[in-house]
Amino acid sequence: MKILIIEDDREAADYLEKAFGEAGHTAHVARDGETGFALAESGEYDVMVVDRMLPRRDGLSVIAGLRSRGNTTPVLILSALGEVDDRVTGLRAGGDDYLTKPYAFSELLARVEVLNRRATSKEAETIYRTGDLELDRLSHTVKRCGKEITLQPREFRLLEYLMRHAGQVVTRTMLLENVWDYHFDPQTNVIDVHVSRLRGKIEKGFDSPILHTIRGAGYMLKAA
Amino acid sequence: MTLRLPAIMRTTAARLSALYFILFALCAIVLVFYMTSLSASMLTAQTMETINEEVQGLDRAYRRGGLPFLVRVIEQRSRQPGANLYLIADANGRILTGNVESLEPGVLESEGWTDRPFMYQRYGEGSSERRQPNVSDIEAPATSIETRHAAIALISRLPNQMIVLVGRDLGEPERLQGVVKRALTFALGIMAFGGLLIWYFVGRRALKRIDSVSDAGKRIMGGDLTGRLPVTGAGDEFDRLSENLNTMLTRIAGLNEGLRQVSDNIAHDLKTPLTRLRNRAEAALAGDPGEAGYREALEATIAESDRLIKTFNAILMISRLEAGYSAEASVRIDLAAVVHDVVELYEPAAEEVGVTIEAPDAGGSFFIDGNRELIAQALSNIVDNAIKYSSSSSQAPAVKVSIIEKDGETSVRVADNGPGIPDQSDRERATERFVRLEQSRSQPGSGLGLSLAKAIMKFHGGRLELLPGEPGLTVMMTFPKRRSE
Repeated sequence: MKILIIEDDREAADYLEKAFGEAGHTAHVARDGETGFALAESGEYDVMVVDRMLPRRDGLSVIAGLRSRGNTTPVLILSALGEVDDRVTGLRAGGDDYLTKPYAFSELLARVEVLNRRATSKEAETIYRTGDLELDRLSHTVKRCGKEITLQPREFRLLEYLMRHAGQVVTRTMLLENVWDYHFDPQTNVIDVHVSRLRGKIEKGFDSPILHTIRGAGYMLKAA
Repeated sequence: MTLRLPAIMRTTAARLSALYFILFALCAIVLVFYMTSLSASMLTAQTMETINEEVQGLDRAYRRGGLPFLVRVIEQRSRQPGANLYLIADANGRILTGNVESLEPGVLESEGWTDRPFMYQRYGEGSSERRQPNVSDIEAPATSIETRHAAIALISRLPNQMIVLVGRDLGEPERLQGVVKRALTFALGIMAFGGLLIWYFVGRRALKRIDSVSDAGKRIMGGDLTGRLPVTGAGDEFDRLSENLNTMLTRIAGLNEGLRQVSDNIAHDLKTPLTRLRNRAEAALAGDPGEAGYREALEATIAESDRLIKTFNAILMISRLEAGYSAEASVRIDLAAVVHDVVELYEPAAEEVGVTIEAPDAGGSFFIDGNRELIAQALSNIVDNAIKYSSSSSQAPAVKVSIIEKDGETSVRVADNGPGIPDQSDRERATERFVRLEQSRSQPGSGLGLSLAKAIMKFHGGRLELLPGEPGLTVMMTFPKRRSE
């Protein structure tokens, strides 16, 4: 995946470039808004990571400028501001995701991978399949090895999200945001309990684990 | 004294006194001059009327008995005490009769009213050496001034070109001016005295207190935050000012103390996990735990840092909320839906630790103005706490979340049946930053949960109350009445 990082803090940008590289991605860095805009215009990137406060051109203006020119590259906004309405303005300006500093790189990486436009083609599919697990979005049924599994509505939405991003790491906050539609920070790992309940239902009585815990990051649904 | 004068002039009292003195003096002078000129012109008008009547009388006398009769009448009138001025002169201005011995040259050359007061000398008044008929100099030596007087006169010519002058001495307006001058001097004197009194009272007493206040201020600025401004007990403006400033100082000292406590707490609560983090990394490096061991150490490190980030985020959020950010994110939200979501989110986690969490259906929607995320955050912190503390309850641990509407205010009530917080002051302290009551030290947590919830409620114009439950603790999140639709 090709990632464009628009970030003026040299240390942070270098760290991101290296870390994305180690995760198997190619990252380019632009140190100000104008350069970032020029690079992004080429349209060769899969995901962009944009800091909000940039020299020469503000991050939000870069995104709005790209969007008005028909550039649909997914953008993750990085912000040190992190107030709730900042998040709203950021997403309204055309950002696809928003992360507040300080953040964990695993969180950023997971979000960037999910944003990857080449991978997000599952929206239109009505049936998700991962290994022997099958989820029908229309009839709301889940089967594993042809055996139907009964899920609560929330568990169904949780599994649906995990399956849409099968093979990718999803973090707890991503689950809270996308399955529960909340962006706050639960003090205890309430999400873990929901995931382990779901895991019980889709793994119990079957040979192989399918819902994996990625330590320090989150979860991944992946066929053995 | 002369050296100290500029310093004195720098005090407000002296400036005020001087300013008042100058202002009042100017007013008095203007007023007095206006009054005198008014009275003087009135007196002059009166004088002119008298002269007019006199001239008419003389005119009648001349027509009846001709010049000899006129001369007789004039001589008769001249001798009366306090008489007007009378004079008959020939066509060349040589004085023939009357009570005027001499007058300013040129006066007799015109006809009608003299256009300005002139100087004259009566018979029998002038000193012998100054008996020449023409007194040319108005600014005559002082000795003769007493015998020379100012007058106005009506000059007319008889058919035979002889000049008749009837005039009146201006002594009365002059006396008036004298009186005015004395009054003015007296008044100015009184005012100067008043100015000094004002300076004494305002400057020496009132402004001295301002000085004492500013001295006390200097001491406090010097770092002595316990210092307070003097209050005399007189209950005047200065006392009120001092009292208000003292209240402000108390508040500042309180904030300062709070800040110090918070930074101590931050130092402590962040230092502990940071030290743990470091020790773990060090231990992993020192030994040779193998790849699995390294991995485990690194994962623990990440988990620890994540907790630190959480704590940091909570601190940042509290200070932002306390700074009060824009209410743009405030919209109409259904409190019942938020309660439902949070309870649903926590239910499995509660069950895991053996706590039943129930939220009786509120029966419909309860709309409030607010930020959904923030309210969910606050409620989740409270529910989280309730689960954590009720799990140690001796009886069946249960948390009950309900919505109450009372007096137009909507509240979310979270009640647990755990040990509660029996002490009132402890309940108050529990919402302070980083405060972890003794009983809770053993429980995991940052000590920020309730303070964040409190900050969120305050931000919404509501309040967070910790009440004693039966048993356990009841937390009330009360939202203010909605703005009009």
